Amino acid sequence: MRSQTRHGSSALALALAATLVVAGCSQKEAGSTESDTPGTSSAAADLAIVPEVQIDVTGAEVEAGEAQEPADPAGDGTATCSGVSLAMAGALTGPNAALGQNILYGAQVALDKHNAANADCQVELKTFDTEGDPQKATQVAPQIVGDATILGLLGPAFSGETNATGSIFNQAGLLSLTASATNPDLTANGWTTFYRGLANDAIQGPAVAKYLVDTLDYSTVCVVADNSDYGIGLAEQITEGLGDAADPSCAAEVKTGDKDFAATVQIISGADADAVFYAGYYAEAAPFAQQLRDGGVDIPFVSADGVNDPQFVSQAGGASEGAILSCPCGPAPEEFAAEYEESAGQAPGVYSTEGYDLMTIMLKGIDSGITDRAGLVEFVKTYDGPGLARNYKWDQTGELESALIWVYKVS
Amino acid sequence: MTGELIHALTVADPLVGFDTAALVDNFWALTVDGLTYGSVYALVAVGYTLVYGVLRLINFAHSEVFMLGMFGQYAVLMMLGFAPSGNAYNLGVTMTVVYLAIALVGGMAVSGGVAVGLERVAYRPLRKRGAQPLAFLITAIGASFVLQEFVHFILPRLTGDRLGGVNAQQPIRLVVPETQFTLFTANITNVTIIIILSALILALATDMFINRTKFGRGIRAVAQDPVTATLMGVSRERIIVLTFLIGGLLAGAAALLYTLRVPNGIIYSGGFILGIKAFCAAVLGGIGNLRGALLGGLLLGVMENYGQVLFGTEWRDVVAFVLLIAVLMVRPTGILGESLARSRA
Repeated sequence: MRSQTRHGSSALALALAATLVVAGCSQKEAGSTESDTPGTSSAAADLAIVPEVQIDVTGAEVEAGEAQEPADPAGDGTATCSGVSLAMAGALTGPNAALGQNILYGAQVALDKHNAANADCQVELKTFDTEGDPQKATQVAPQIVGDATILGLLGPAFSGETNATGSIFNQAGLLSLTASATNPDLTANGWTTFYRGLANDAIQGPAVAKYLVDTLDYSTVCVVADNSDYGIGLAEQITEGLGDAADPSCAAEVKTGDKDFAATVQIISGADADAVFYAGYYAEAAPFAQQLRDGGVDIPFVSADGVNDPQFVSQAGGASEGAILSCPCGPAPEEFAAEYEESAGQAPGVYSTEGYDLMTIMLKGIDSGITDRAGLVEFVKTYDGPGLARNYKWDQTGELESALIWVYKVS
Repeated sequence: MTGELIHALTVADPLVGFDTAALVDNFWALTVDGLTYGSVYALVAVGYTLVYGVLRLINFAHSEVFMLGMFGQYAVLMMLGFAPSGNAYNLGVTMTVVYLAIALVGGMAVSGGVAVGLERVAYRPLRKRGAQPLAFLITAIGASFVLQEFVHFILPRLTGDRLGGVNAQQPIRLVVPETQFTLFTANITNVTIIIILSALILALATDMFINRTKFGRGIRAVAQDPVTATLMGVSRERIIVLTFLIGGLLAGAAALLYTLRVPNGIIYSGGFILGIKAFCAAVLGGIGNLRGALLGGLLLGVMENYGQVLFGTEWRDVVAFVLLIAVLMVRPTGILGESLARSRA
């Protein structure tokens, strides 16, 4: 038995050695074509997603308005209230937890400022974890509604769960102020307590499409979508908005969870396009962007809020450089980013700024002496004031009157 | 009404595209790329097929053995001081080879260790108690989940969030794909060459090991008739450990090769679909049959690559399984038949 073992391992060792020799030979050819700076990474590691311009639904750039002083959650420090609380509902655990946490931590910053300044008005923030799952959200919603101290809700975070629970909050007359649910149909339900703190998807798609065609002068764009509801819906709107610029011969569909896009890269490298638009999430976008670059496709990589995440940059590395990412979410100003980082222990993410702004609005309502749910709904309905991300003023349906899209660039 | 429906399905918005032009245009590129993928399937499929041959057990946790191999080679590279960045390192030829070799050994060691450990912890106790085949199958599925969730939840805590967790690992890239030469119309990259040749050599070595060595004869003997093999002085338990070890080592090697091709694929769930495909390949070639697994892997890789261009990329997995069903309808025991013991031909 012993000698056999040795025999066996020597065969394996032989295989190993042979593999190495082969790897060595082929690598030699690769190495000779590259620059000779051993041990260094080939691109700068300090890439980040930085805000570029703000655009409206026609894709036209909107100059940033005069810098108005954003609403301060601290107020004048003389507010009085007792026994009131606000709720936050969204994914706090599970695969999409990062998004819910971004909102929660943003709201927490506003709350801490408020409570530190107003000794006589300590507002409690109650958190409700839905895992982003509509079914779980419908179980959680009655708890929120049943707690009489809760005057307003920040959330729900996702469109699916908002759709499932909106009527419950509407019946209870509880303000539902979302920082991230962007499905356009949500405000068409006739709910009187639902307000959206950012632009919806029906604005993002056309705005980005027009921006690509009119401002960046792209005449041929390959639209690639994943098979999620989000990806399919966004791709439809982008394709429609692009019109003739969307090239059907290089349009492709991929699957969420895919990591290899060789066939799609092959198709796109064959088309003479000006840009690739990817409708989907960062988990697939990162390898896709990487493989496009590896496959010699050097046209700009364009995507939307699903990819607007630091994970995209860290996964794709140098291949993410120059990528154009849209988002209805506003960038975090420096001062807020520092406060957020100190409070949450991480950099602000997508929708953190919205979480802060919307929390601030509700706190201002409470500070103004409101003690019931109906009062807070009325307060938001007539609210008009600047936040960190934008000016907040809502129309009849609960949409923002001026809903703009931010264009970010990885650089 | 029916006419309208047919019209809607076929003309207005075809559910299935049929892009023969794209297939013809990219035929050679797709073939080479399919072989690259198929090589990885083939190496992983060997693990399924050997264990099935010896134990009649479908080791569903083998996909996690592969997944942990990816983490193994990644961890080894991290220990060597490589910082994940998403950008490629440029180390020069010699050092790249050395580091790839170390990563290969690391991946194989982890996968081999996990495979043998799995046998020890999960399957041997069942065998000692004479459990039913179904208990083994359920255990295998359970072990698969345990290993996945270990990487998902526990590994990040043990490593201070450097390994595992919900997101894919930030890649450490040692080799950037660059075209070396053109075969027919296909651009052959260095990565393709490394993967296909490495896999070929490993496959040949395994084949030789199974068919030419005493230990290989032991494996074949146990597969053919465990009782007689034991009577002839073959230690069944040792053969079983060896079988898991070989499967694990090959899965670890496949893990490194796959990572060269798909640097962003290192994630707790990254082995699952690939494992099912490799299992598919093993069945396609004839499960229990070593050469069948190799052939099945290559065939599956190439066919699904053709299929995804012909019908659309979202049909890739469908093509793989339809192919499997079609082959099993004609040859229920797979292309080369279902025998490890008689696989000398």
